[in-house]
Amino acid sequence: MSIIDSAAGLHLLPSPFADWFAAKGWQPRAHQMELLARATAGESLLLIAPTGAGKTLAGFLPALTDLTRRGKIPPGSAFTGVHTLYISPLKALAVDIERNLMKPVSDMGLPISVETRTGDTPQAKRQRQRLNPPDILLTTPEQVALLIANGEAERFFKDLKYVIFDELHSLATSKRGHLLSLGLARLRRLAPDLRTIGLSATVAEPMDLRRWLVAQSPDRENHAGLVTAPGGAKPIITILKSEERVPWSGHQAKYAMPEVYEAIKAHRTALLFVNTRSQAEILFQALWSINEDTLPIALHHGSLDVGQRRKVEAAMAENRLRAVVATSTLDLGIDWGDVDLVIHVGAPKGASRLAQRIGRANHRMDEPSRAILVPANRFEVMECQAALDANYLGAQDTPPVGEGTLDVLAQHVLGMACAAPFDEDALFAEVISASPYTRLAREKFGRIVQFVATGGYALKTYERYARIRKTIDGLWRISNPQVAQQYRLNLGTIVEMPMLNVRMVKRGARGAVGRGGASLGKVEEYFLEMLAPGDTFLFSGKVLRFEGIRENECLVSQAFSLDPKVPAYAGGKFPLSTYLADQVRSMLDDPQRWGALPEQVRDWLALQRDVSALPKRDELLIETFPRGSRHYMVAYPFEGRLAHQTLGMLLTRRLERAGRRPLGFVATDYSLAVWALDDLGYSFAVERPSLENLFDEDMLGDDLEAWLDESFMLKRTFRNCAVIAGLIEQRHPGKEKTGRQVTVSADLIYDVLRSHEPDHILLEATRNDAAAGLLDIQRLGDMLMRIKGHITHRRLDRISPLAVPIMLEIGKEPVAGEAQDSLLAEAADDLIAEAMGETQI
Amino acid sequence: MQRLALASIDIQDFGAVSARTVVAGVEAVCDPLGALYLPETRLLVVSDLHLEKGAAFARRGMMLPPYDTLATLKVLEAVITRHDPAIVVSLGDNFHDRVGSAHLPDVFRSKIAELARGRDWIWINGNHDPDGTVDLPGQSADELHYAGLAFRHEPSLISPAGEIAGHLHPAATVIRREKAVRRPCFATDGRRLLMPAFGLMTGGLDLRHKAMTGLFNRPSLVAHMLGRDRIYSVRFANLIG
Repeated sequence: MSIIDSAAGLHLLPSPFADWFAAKGWQPRAHQMELLARATAGESLLLIAPTGAGKTLAGFLPALTDLTRRGKIPPGSAFTGVHTLYISPLKALAVDIERNLMKPVSDMGLPISVETRTGDTPQAKRQRQRLNPPDILLTTPEQVALLIANGEAERFFKDLKYVIFDELHSLATSKRGHLLSLGLARLRRLAPDLRTIGLSATVAEPMDLRRWLVAQSPDRENHAGLVTAPGGAKPIITILKSEERVPWSGHQAKYAMPEVYEAIKAHRTALLFVNTRSQAEILFQALWSINEDTLPIALHHGSLDVGQRRKVEAAMAENRLRAVVATSTLDLGIDWGDVDLVIHVGAPKGASRLAQRIGRANHRMDEPSRAILVPANRFEVMECQAALDANYLGAQDTPPVGEGTLDVLAQHVLGMACAAPFDEDALFAEVISASPYTRLAREKFGRIVQFVATGGYALKTYERYARIRKTIDGLWRISNPQVAQQYRLNLGTIVEMPMLNVRMVKRGARGAVGRGGASLGKVEEYFLEMLAPGDTFLFSGKVLRFEGIRENECLVSQAFSLDPKVPAYAGGKFPLSTYLADQVRSMLDDPQRWGALPEQVRDWLALQRDVSALPKRDELLIETFPRGSRHYMVAYPFEGRLAHQTLGMLLTRRLERAGRRPLGFVATDYSLAVWALDDLGYSFAVERPSLENLFDEDMLGDDLEAWLDESFMLKRTFRNCAVIAGLIEQRHPGKEKTGRQVTVSADLIYDVLRSHEPDHILLEATRNDAAAGLLDIQRLGDMLMRIKGHITHRRLDRISPLAVPIMLEIGKEPVAGEAQDSLLAEAADDLIAEAMGETQI
Repeated sequence: MQRLALASIDIQDFGAVSARTVVAGVEAVCDPLGALYLPETRLLVVSDLHLEKGAAFARRGMMLPPYDTLATLKVLEAVITRHDPAIVVSLGDNFHDRVGSAHLPDVFRSKIAELARGRDWIWINGNHDPDGTVDLPGQSADELHYAGLAFRHEPSLISPAGEIAGHLHPAATVIRREKAVRRPCFATDGRRLLMPAFGLMTGGLDLRHKAMTGLFNRPSLVAHMLGRDRIYSVRFANLIG
């Protein structure tokens, strides 16, 4: 649609809007007018637009114009419910939008009330909002869940016209999105005429989001209309070409610090993105160690104290900083002043993520964003090049919406019982109108209701303690008001790892620890378990000395060393996306494309080609070689760390059964190494077992089942499911449970449940979750299918160039399962040696 | 749950998987299932069974699996069968809450009666169940003094000598090569011994926790840790390698 066409829609703009645009010297954009016209005509819509395209204003225009026409409600009128809900994934974003929206509203003198409601909103204000709702309420998914579980929901939402979902691509693809989709289904029942508007960055499957926005019916598929805004200027992206040697492995990119620092100096404000918190800490420290001009460089990640983060954000907004080192906490669309350069340290792992992050520079459509990619190792050089090609090609690899999860459904069912007594069939019909749940079986829904009532166990001993009960009228209702109170305290789908607050203390002369000082943020408790008092580690941009744990706090003091003993602690890591993996494989397979790579990387690949082979795009290269007293197998599937980890577990199981005495394995995003006492190369050559059998898809059957049940990863998944489903409370009225207590009991509950009722619905939910996310089983299955009949085996005398990076990772992997007992044995042997009168080592 | 699996295995060489220790001159054996056996007096000690923990939570609206009592009793049966003790001492927190023993389903009640047949059974009262047990064999007491040892739920701050206590659910963490493994343990310095929690749905408290300070003479403190299929004995000083 051109500007001229859009002028036809101008009559839709009430005069204050037309005047306001004119006064600003702005022209409403085509997609804004198109969205306004179609929404006003009654359509639900998905707007796909790049950063800086005026997405937010577009989303609000239909509501603002409708409210302007309606005018102010005279005092003393009958109760009027909320007119428009705006839902954002971040509290901060809701607050930011309020500021941005209030500006035009007050400029134009519109008779519209706008308020936020988040977890931080005071109780009194929330109370008042329920009695006297604003026209536009800006809020988060959790608040929506709270509002619809309230007895007054029907009244509050009866006048609802628009629901706007910001950053829908990020919201919809998680458990939060599943809960929100169920909430939307309830809103549609309360206000059948409501229209939805989804705002999204470019996604791989727009149809998923279009379905998500409207009610689905059992017999046919419905979807919202689509409005697309044209892309802005193409970003200018380069890969840092360093004079230094690019390392074989590692994630720190320390080699490139001088060049990164120069780039910061050459720009106004730079945003430096990394993938993990530990990388953020290390990068920040490395930059400050060479910051001779003492440029204001700050650090921002999710574990830091909120106060500290807000300070950084404020300084950013006021353009007082030259650079911020950040993790994904800054991914989403908050406006942070004048960023003119994005530096991405480490590979972006996904083309869409890279596009989002680069969009943070120059929030204006007509100017190109500038970005520099800094690969941390040689494989990342290729990955960066692949991502760069992808960004120009406009390829996308956003995650899918996914099947609605059962734990979230359980939470929602309890919430609906808190709102009002429900009829099971009617609620089922409502639930399957939400697109993630359309395929839910009626029988499974029934089991979820049973789960909510009494835990859904085969052994029925909890009937008298039931949380919800079916009464004589056939409706389910909560047993007592405490149930609703507990629900409200524990609602939400964000389950935190057990974390401890980090507090700075002064260390006295004889090691005595003084009273607490500033709070620096939070670290995972499992990380602290590895520390002994006196150990030093990197956090919050400082080298800290661990002093001990007091109640729920980790006490630290200033360390006077620059070299932390324990490197840092790992935060979340994204696996390499399928799309990028395919790009890297095809680049390896095509020497024509190597021209874009630095010389040292080209040489590395050429050497690999000479001494072994390069993996072809659709085949799997396996190398075997001896080293020390062990025999190694390295495979190069390029399917991401998660899928490789799963594959590693399954391969070692099979090799064990074949009598090949495997000892361990390690996985990276690109490859997988297994080592054994037997000569694996010889074993494969004489087909004991053959590689075709070893890599047969049937490993995803029984072996997977057997391994899954023992996997520690499944326990973590179970904990999340149990908390979300309401089996375990994070908070109980009157007593706060610490994360530690929750973890311990979740593991034990998992074990008890698994050994006594392996078919329990929550275990089913856990397995589904793990298969979809944590273990990347789908991806592994696709890979095994792809390589069938395409395995190339190279028996080598020694390690190949391509195998070096993964061999350097050996020894860094976490310890799990049976390996734990070998550590115990190691420690216990000390005592035996001592008891036998031998000298201690 | 490794203990539940271990309970169903017929152990050939018990000496190799258990650990011998001496508390105030009395010989004792740490069983990898989490019980302490005193051969001289044929006395078996278990602590912190926390029976009916699932039900206790269900009463408060959290529907934890109702199988914990069953699982704990299975392990208890295995350890009683192994040692055939004359006396069983359950060292407190036998039930997870005050009404636990009164509401105990009949099937479990008869299981306990069967286990107690032909032996003495002492229920020491704990902080979770201070009022004693209802309709179960044996007798309840706050403390037991027998064979030169004192059996009580909470360790006393004044008289450590010859004390066998529970309550704290001791666990020890071994660290080797920046990797940590944590397991429940018997903790003893030769004067006093703290029992690991026997209940299968119970958590643990690290020996370094401040609640443990002052209880032991650390240079002679040993943690007898519950491994997958045996006890691993580690000196406190050697936990962190």
